[in-house]
Amino acid sequence: MTEDWQNGGFGIYIHWPFCAAKCPYCDFNSHVARTIDHAAWRNAYLEEIRKAAEQTPGRIVHTVFFGGGTPSLMEPWVVADIIDAIRKHWPTANDMEITLEANPGSVEAQRFADFRAGGVNRISMGIQALNDEDLRRLGRIHSADEARAAFDIARKTFDRVSFDLIYGRQKQTLADWESELKQALTMAIDHLSLYQLTIEQGTAFGDRYNAGKLAGLPDEDRAADMFTLTRDICADFGMPAYEVSNHARDGAQSRHNLIYWRYGDYVGIGPGAHGRLTLNGQRFATEAPTNPKRWLEELRQLPNVALTGEDQANEFLLMGLRLTDGVDLARFEALSGRSVAPDTLKNLSELGLLDQRGRNISVTEQGVSVLNGVLRELLAD
Amino acid sequence: MTPLSHIRNFSIVAHIDHGKSTLADRLIQSTNTVADRDMKAQMLDAMDIERERGITIKANTVRIDYVADNGEAYVLNLIDTPGHVDFAYEVSRSMRAVEGSLLVVDSTQGVEAQTLANVYQAIDADHDIVPILNKIDLPAADCDRVAEQIEDVIGIDASGAIRVSAKTGIGIHETLEAIVHHLPAPKGEENADLKAMLVDSWYDSYLGVIVLVRIIDGRLKKGDRVKFVSNGTVHHVDRIGVFRPQMQVIDSLGPGEIGFLTASIKQVRDTRVGDTVTHDKKTVTPLPGFKPAQPVVFCGLFPVDSSEFEDLRDAIDKLALNDASFSFEMETSAALGFGFRCGFLGLLHLEVIRDRIEREYDIELITTAPSVVYHVYMRDGSMQELHNPADMPDLSVVDHLEEPRIKATILVPDDYLGDVLKLCQDRRGVQLDLTYAGSRAMVVYDLPLNEVVFDFYDRLKSVTKGYASFDYQLTGYQTDNLVKMSVLVNDEPVDALSMMVHRDRAEMRGRAMVEKLKDLIPRHMFKIPIQAAIGGKVIARETLSAMRKDVTAKCYGGDATRKRKLLDKQKAGKKKMRQFGKVDIPQEAFISALKMDS
Repeated sequence: MTEDWQNGGFGIYIHWPFCAAKCPYCDFNSHVARTIDHAAWRNAYLEEIRKAAEQTPGRIVHTVFFGGGTPSLMEPWVVADIIDAIRKHWPTANDMEITLEANPGSVEAQRFADFRAGGVNRISMGIQALNDEDLRRLGRIHSADEARAAFDIARKTFDRVSFDLIYGRQKQTLADWESELKQALTMAIDHLSLYQLTIEQGTAFGDRYNAGKLAGLPDEDRAADMFTLTRDICADFGMPAYEVSNHARDGAQSRHNLIYWRYGDYVGIGPGAHGRLTLNGQRFATEAPTNPKRWLEELRQLPNVALTGEDQANEFLLMGLRLTDGVDLARFEALSGRSVAPDTLKNLSELGLLDQRGRNISVTEQGVSVLNGVLRELLAD
Repeated sequence: MTPLSHIRNFSIVAHIDHGKSTLADRLIQSTNTVADRDMKAQMLDAMDIERERGITIKANTVRIDYVADNGEAYVLNLIDTPGHVDFAYEVSRSMRAVEGSLLVVDSTQGVEAQTLANVYQAIDADHDIVPILNKIDLPAADCDRVAEQIEDVIGIDASGAIRVSAKTGIGIHETLEAIVHHLPAPKGEENADLKAMLVDSWYDSYLGVIVLVRIIDGRLKKGDRVKFVSNGTVHHVDRIGVFRPQMQVIDSLGPGEIGFLTASIKQVRDTRVGDTVTHDKKTVTPLPGFKPAQPVVFCGLFPVDSSEFEDLRDAIDKLALNDASFSFEMETSAALGFGFRCGFLGLLHLEVIRDRIEREYDIELITTAPSVVYHVYMRDGSMQELHNPADMPDLSVVDHLEEPRIKATILVPDDYLGDVLKLCQDRRGVQLDLTYAGSRAMVVYDLPLNEVVFDFYDRLKSVTKGYASFDYQLTGYQTDNLVKMSVLVNDEPVDALSMMVHRDRAEMRGRAMVEKLKDLIPRHMFKIPIQAAIGGKVIARETLSAMRKDVTAKCYGGDATRKRKLLDKQKAGKKKMRQFGKVDIPQEAFISALKMDS
């Protein structure tokens, strides 16, 4: 009998929690440390990999993703040892995708060749903006020229390089963004992540926003216009959205991230890392303590949480409907033991928000900009 | 046993915030009635809501022992009365149980509307009145001016007014001496048949109904069999006592005394306030009694979570046990499901009951638009009372409608007089009187109650920056051109938002209502027309545009749990909204939509 996760695949996520500086918009688990004992961290990762492999013997690893934090600040030999350990403990796919997130600074660029030698075959670069003023506002420590230079080195080193931009920035007009996006598309190889700036509570931006000091952010209408414009322009350039914020030429999608959105299983290793693992037929949510020191020295995993069928079905839907391809209702029904109310599907279709083809449902271009509303309707019962 | 000559029964009348409860506290404290360690502010305001809002809702009573400067021991019975207009009936009946009043006026503020309303009740009850100028410790105190104002506006002699700071204790001793020497002793006959006045009653879960009585003649003892004259019921008295302010059991109560009895009575409604109490098998001339308080403001109370309907019924039953002025009947609304149509003495009463249900019984409520009682005269000559605009009969069978009017008294510094007059005119008021007392104007208006029930008081406070005071009394019913205005959201009528309005004000109210709703209803994934209509005719319309953007930018493996929990929370939030067709309306919309900005 096949298990649900097999529809999505199996990957490993490694979280490196350190950054050179904390960005004001970032709510990821990242920390600035003066000294890092790289050997100790290597040993800890390797030990966790061994334990995870014991629980999931024989599974084929399709992807590895080094996220953070700023994993491009990891010592290349640590990255290499982790990749070797994964290859040692599990069978791996011939075309295993190994992505590393990188900041576009000169320090990082010098290490790209070493990362490649260690096994990394894809870079995801956090460029965020292509002009210095906006980079400063976003609290980034690199300049636009540095970013372009680092990107050039990366594309000479790796076949697959993606980069991130943040839009909907303070005082950014629709025309500003259009011209910057077109520049980005001429730089891009085959993958781009384009995120609308989100003000998260508990970040520096969150505090400033609450204090009414973050002026010039787009209102709902301008945000919607920017979102639609982004999708239209990217599609014209042959890089259509395959997910809410991710664009790629055909075949160049991030296969690791597709595991999340297709609700596969993934091992999460490192401070604050989450995982989904199906063990003896039961899917668990795994989570690690977020504090780096605590993770390194005391506790590497919190107790697993068993997910009910309903929890799984909800996660499957909320992750899957982000994809342009949509989801298979049969999986939702198998997980939850119930079906989505036909009236809800009909209403959403009539409103032009949802497409239904046989057992597959997906959000329309109109529906994707209000995906949270669509999900609230679908999950309301 | 205290001789009649050494008993004084009194109440304190004051405008809200003029220091009545603080003065009561100080009288209790300075006579060692309560040990200092047990003293807490506003001793007599027992309910949390009373202490929080700084108001007194139920009349409370305390017995104070006082040795006067002449060396003789006196018993002083204080009945602390509510200050708010909604509870005027409580004031009026407690006044009948005592012989004198302390009139407390804030020496920095002067006479206010509630001072007037309450002092006239004291005068009606033939009280001797001792004026007290409070808050003399404040720099803004102006005793001479306020004393003059008391003489001008109220018409009583204020030359002997006592200057007090209840906060610091100045003048407390003089006040106690004045109670002894300037207020009359009660009259009564020890050897006559028992005759007592039922002043108040409330339910206690351990003792059953507690009955507060004032003995006129005779003596009430533990073990007596007593009869309530109005319904002839007989009860065996199992406990007699006084409040200090905690209950203290004693053996008997004689003429002029105030205390309580318990007699295993199950329901407050078996004890009619104002009733005459005597011994079984005795016949006495009954006391005049009191007019029962009539609810004047009605609204629907519905549980947010419809599964809590039975809990709500339970809560309302229990509250009604102690509050005979609060009426209720079951109501079904297409929009809100099962709930209760409740009648209140006024808006504060409404808010207090609503707060108590939400707080003491932990039930979240949707409150519908407050409405007054209309008289609907039918073509066939009959009349029916309309408590709920949703029940308005078809116009083809209606001849005309009458609405309740009030006489409103407003005291306001003359700087704000223009704003107050404009507000009253805008609310269809007819000016009855306008006089000046110093730099303050006293304005008397005849107003429709329905223009006042919702937010008149809030508006009055805001246009006068809090300097106006307001009181009112119902005067009667009057015919006017009233219509029912319905509200349609996404073409579905929302019964809970329908209201009675004057025809000339309908467009304005309708426009304000649909504009408010447009802000209160969250955007949906489709556009929503919001309309106000009279009969089939739309008088105001707004369109709430569809939601354009609500999507999470980043959602990866580490976000699944958080996002799922967020959606679960939003689903729970959605359950708190009410669905009208396809539209979810948040509960606060029901009350907020009715607040007018002008």
